[in-house]
Amino acid sequence: MLDTVMIGAVLASVVAAATTLLIASLGELVAERAGTLNLGVEGMMIIGAAVGYATAYSSGSLLLGTLAAVLAGMALSLVFATLTIWLAANQVASGLATTILGLGLAGLIGASFVGTRLDAAPALDIPGLSDLPILGKVAFGQDAFVYASVALLALVTWGLARTRIGLILRAVGESHAAAHALGHPVRKIRTLAVMFGGACAGLAGAHLSLAYTPFWASDMTAGRGWIALALVVFSAWKPLWLLAGAYLFGAVSILQLHVQGFGLGIPSQLLSSLPYLATVAALVLISAMKRGQGAPASLGVPFVPDR
Amino acid sequence: MRKILSLALGLAAGAALAGAGALPASAAEKLKAAWVYIGPVGDFGWSYQHDQGRKAVEAAFGDKVETSYVESVPEGPDAERVIEQLARAGNKIIFTTSFGYMEPTLKVAKRHPKVFFEHATGYKRDKNMATYNAKFHEGRYILGQIAAKMSKTGTIGYIASFPIPEVISGINAMMLGAQSVNPDMKVKIVWVNSWFDPAKEADAAKALIDQGVDIIAQHTDSPAAMQVAEARGVKAFGQSSDMIKFGPNAQLTSIVDNWAPYYVERVKEAMDGSWKSTDTWAGLKEGEVHMADYTNMPDDVKKLAQETEAKIKSGALNPFQGPVVKQDGTVVAKAGEAVADKDILSMNWYVKGIDDKVPGQ
Repeated sequence: MLDTVMIGAVLASVVAAATTLLIASLGELVAERAGTLNLGVEGMMIIGAAVGYATAYSSGSLLLGTLAAVLAGMALSLVFATLTIWLAANQVASGLATTILGLGLAGLIGASFVGTRLDAAPALDIPGLSDLPILGKVAFGQDAFVYASVALLALVTWGLARTRIGLILRAVGESHAAAHALGHPVRKIRTLAVMFGGACAGLAGAHLSLAYTPFWASDMTAGRGWIALALVVFSAWKPLWLLAGAYLFGAVSILQLHVQGFGLGIPSQLLSSLPYLATVAALVLISAMKRGQGAPASLGVPFVPDR
Repeated sequence: MRKILSLALGLAAGAALAGAGALPASAAEKLKAAWVYIGPVGDFGWSYQHDQGRKAVEAAFGDKVETSYVESVPEGPDAERVIEQLARAGNKIIFTTSFGYMEPTLKVAKRHPKVFFEHATGYKRDKNMATYNAKFHEGRYILGQIAAKMSKTGTIGYIASFPIPEVISGINAMMLGAQSVNPDMKVKIVWVNSWFDPAKEADAAKALIDQGVDIIAQHTDSPAAMQVAEARGVKAFGQSSDMIKFGPNAQLTSIVDNWAPYYVERVKEAMDGSWKSTDTWAGLKEGEVHMADYTNMPDDVKKLAQETEAKIKSGALNPFQGPVVKQDGTVVAKAGEAVADKDILSMNWYVKGIDDKVPGQ
């Protein structure tokens, strides 16, 4: 039933499935650690997918498409940032509006590209290493988005824990009043964090429309932005747990398809819900074990400097 | 947002109509027709094909008709509100294109006896509410025959959406076609529990190919599986639209939904006053189910497919012609009989030869 080639192929699918979620949720994690809850991830992702595809299709350059997707996600996140950070609007309502706006705009931008296709972003084999058995293709024969997600993870983990800017960002998220009293520009820092989140969501969208399923169709993100949001909460705002959550989710969603293919007679409705159940169970367990690792204290609270 | 915008437009149109008393008669003679879609028109699948039908109506009648649509309308109370708005906006004929719009359409139809309503895939009718559907299973029988001829591994991979009768009868029709060529054909079925999730459909295709399937069939709407088949060098069948662009070396054929002839006919009847409440279940013969070009196959397979298509069109062949036997050996239709239409429309069992269980049964 199983051989090494197949195991390698399955693992490669898992990595691809997890990558979209990992990229999008890393961005949201940074925004939330700075104290802003942006429910617009789905909207920023889909706008990234649409603009990325439109640009890549028109210019013939995947790199340009990816850049455009990142900028588009960032642009939409600025709408959210303006509303919530500079005008102190409600973050939940503004985030939902961002998602709805993103879905609508993306449909409009993509309308003339429906039914067209692109060649997928190529796998970038690392010479020598990608020929290793089983793990060769999984670790060293992926597309650029997978490598980018690993680099992002390293950057965010190190940046938050080990750098001065990371420390300030966390301080703003824990107590914006104290950070403000120390002279830190709270609103600027939050805006930059939200923009980083938008850029990541846009990149995740580009992963879908340029590499995973290289075409454009409305609503093609199909709720992945919401899963990314949930992963951030369940990971207790820790990048490495986020990695675990994204890969667990990816693994179970691929494996349940294989279980169905083997025809074991387990109801598919149950199997389809397994990725959610498994991820929730695992991450709840993780956060229960670690005491005092709750949400950033100022998460979702608007900051008005002279209050 | 799109919905809100379209609703706002609908309201504006309604207001315009209310003040239209002073307009010249020619403007009032324009027939207004509206469509309600479950998905975005950009899905390149179900809603996209219905919208192609709407465009065909515009092309056929030019400025004698004014069409509009509302996309991504959830099934339920929202749908009733949208349909009501369209009826009040002066539309003469309204097409609602998803199963879950059945009750809302019926309710609004009772309130607007002078408006014609057309509901796709449902079974409830009224004096001013007709139903229509397509016999997609006819196309799937042909897919089965092609697959049985083309497969080297003897196993077809099937990406299915939801375990409802339409999908199950499609799987059965395909397997009956496959068994007519090779009685030992197998199928691996993967349910994605979604009509439209391209990345998940791609994952399902990859999983099936990794498990040794060399032909992919799908009852989901995106071309994702076709692209995976192309990349992995296996063959596949498209769904809803012709997906040859996504699989130039992979697509064998595609079952294309072609609502245009029906829509043009019904709008014409609404114009000349001959519209009646009917129950239409058209297939290959009427052109409502259309097979994309048979490609990437040897001439003998192509010939077989074309002959089968011709036989189904002429009525010489019925995909559910007996003997049809359930997995447990129960005979549903004896030799010389065919499975009744109502049993196809409520199918919740697999035919013999499928080694799997209907989910939830």
